Amino acid sequence: MKPQKHIMTMLVDNEPGVVSRVAGLFSGKGFNIESICGSPTHNPEVSRITIVTRADPPVIEQIEKQLRKLVNVLKLRSLNGPHCVRRELALVCIAVKPEQRAEVLRIVDLLGGRVADAGLSHLIVEVSGEQEEVQTAIHLLEPYGIKKLARTGPIGLIREPK
Amino acid sequence: MELTGAQILLRILEEESVDTLFGYPGGAVIDIYDELARSPIRHILVRHEQAAVHAADGYARARGRVGVCLVTSGPGATNTVTGIASAYADSIPLVVLTGQVPTHLIGNDAFQEVDIVGITRPCTKHNYLVSSIEQLAPILKEAFHLARSGRPGPVLVDIPKNVQSARIRFRPPGALRSRPYATTPEPHAGQLRAVARLIGSARRPLIFAGGGVIRSGASEALTQLARRFRIPVTASLMGLGAFPGDDPLFLGMLGMHGTYAANMSTGACDLLLAVGVRFDDRVTGKTDAFAAQATIVHIDIDPTSIRKNVPVRVPLVGDCRESLERLNGLLADPPGEELESSRRQWLAQIEEWKAQRPLCYRSDGTIKPQQVVEELYELTRGEAIITTEVGQNQMWAAQFYRVRRPGHFITSGGLGTMGFGLPAAIGAQIACPEKTVVDIAGDGSIQMNIQEMATAVQYRLPVKIVILNNGCLGMVRQWQELFYGGRYSATCDNTAPDFVKLAEAYGALGLRAERPEEVRPVLERGLAHVGPAILDFRVTPEECVYPMVPAGAPITEMLLV
Repeated sequence: MKPQKHIMTMLVDNEPGVVSRVAGLFSGKGFNIESICGSPTHNPEVSRITIVTRADPPVIEQIEKQLRKLVNVLKLRSLNGPHCVRRELALVCIAVKPEQRAEVLRIVDLLGGRVADAGLSHLIVEVSGEQEEVQTAIHLLEPYGIKKLARTGPIGLIREPK
Repeated sequence: MELTGAQILLRILEEESVDTLFGYPGGAVIDIYDELARSPIRHILVRHEQAAVHAADGYARARGRVGVCLVTSGPGATNTVTGIASAYADSIPLVVLTGQVPTHLIGNDAFQEVDIVGITRPCTKHNYLVSSIEQLAPILKEAFHLARSGRPGPVLVDIPKNVQSARIRFRPPGALRSRPYATTPEPHAGQLRAVARLIGSARRPLIFAGGGVIRSGASEALTQLARRFRIPVTASLMGLGAFPGDDPLFLGMLGMHGTYAANMSTGACDLLLAVGVRFDDRVTGKTDAFAAQATIVHIDIDPTSIRKNVPVRVPLVGDCRESLERLNGLLADPPGEELESSRRQWLAQIEEWKAQRPLCYRSDGTIKPQQVVEELYELTRGEAIITTEVGQNQMWAAQFYRVRRPGHFITSGGLGTMGFGLPAAIGAQIACPEKTVVDIAGDGSIQMNIQEMATAVQYRLPVKIVILNNGCLGMVRQWQELFYGGRYSATCDNTAPDFVKLAEAYGALGLRAERPEEVRPVLERGLAHVGPAILDFRVTPEECVYPMVPAGAPITEMLLV
């Protein structure tokens, strides 16, 4: 069996210690977290946590069952496949010499990104999209020299019926 | 009406029909203790907080109710961790109440402050820090509900001192918050029919019963199913007592120290009906070879147990009792003649295995530990509540005391906690005052919570401690003999106290047997004594537990006597 990338999202009680329960489950049972992203929803009592893991399918089944067993996990869904919208945001700080500036801005434009901050020798570029698109953007910006990088990890929602 | 936090706590405990608290006072629970003195709830003062949890655990198992204990903050709370983890591993419903420093001091490294909610997160079903008095009653209600519903387990509630002393206009808490996990799933009707069909067509069926059968009160339904269709039954350590140990259909325990008949039958059966088990590595041995010829049906209330260790053909998520009762209703009467004849052959094969390699030991003029357990079984007619410590004593108890009823074999199965037996016996004796309660112990593990003799004497609890005293840490010694070239590192050089004098020092009866013919009179005198007693049996030091399956081997490959 080959380990698969798996994205899941869960609604949890917005209470202290909940992220620790979720993260502790992964570390305690030897599961892997590739990324984790959490914040409150429109309902102040409920937060949403989205996790990307990589594991064999039976382990993924076990991870989801174990998460559902946590008292604070109210609802859990997989976010794989075309019935879901997934987005990740990255902030990429790159070293840019004045003569490279125009070239870099073209790439940013091509990527649908935005310049979030600019200086004489740097740019902070904001890109978002599917994880693969963000990956491509980082790849294209890498030759200029990445000084710092921050990624949110994916979040997502299941599409509503049309 | 205005009530303090301490008063609210005791009120909820009474509403939850709690009649006994096992505990130890301290600065952070002094308000609760102050109130407790005016409460009808009985408090049992243990001598170490670990024992409070084990005693509540023994009480819960013997009585089938939620066990409750109360300890102070800091070291009082950390001392409960082993007890909580033991109860968690064996799915025992407990509510553990810990005191905490006042809310404004939390995080300041205050005196006797510890983050017990953080520490116990991975070994409780759920836990709470009560941050205001308004939350106290709803949290306690939810804690009891969680402890006993679904797959039971320990729940910890950490209550800061200022929450205990605060006052509030008390209103009884309303309905519980809806919790997806806390609901009990109904067994799936289609899956039930599939299981019924498999039972109806199996030629070599075998039932494998676990602790879930006992927890859910499914013993009667299981016994009915097995007897009606003459299906043989084996059990995990935790499942002993789920089916009468003296019934001819019972094969004894399965696994590493399981009987020859149980292990061989599991290897040969074509249908394994596993109920309330989790396929622990001590049961399965090499998982690829486990029940290799069988279609495995797995009934359990916890979906995470299913397909965790062993591939299962038909999973059935649901309460064991509910599932078995419905199965009994679905199953038509005995199978046809052709199937009937294969089933007769199957039972005959099992009888042959039983006769070929029964549990046995060789007498040689010294006391054999197995003999002590056997004679205890005869003298108590299999009706005593047995608690055990952990190691060889536990395995001999499991093999030679043929437990007849659920809740009568109380052992730390999952975590394997030495020092569990004596405090658990205290809890069981309080739960069942009219029963004979015996802790089968070793000279190693009894010393891990020996201080509880004082508790037994104080409350006049007539628990009997049968020490199979081999002067070494027997189970590890056995592994060293068999797998580590006889290098007895740290297992054979332990000095034990004189247990007879120790018993007397605590104000209990102490008796000793050194020759095989002294076993019965010592047991008889001990059992007849009205108070607690320590019975010290000097047994053969080198005796090993057999059968034994080396770790990681298929369970059909046993080392035998």
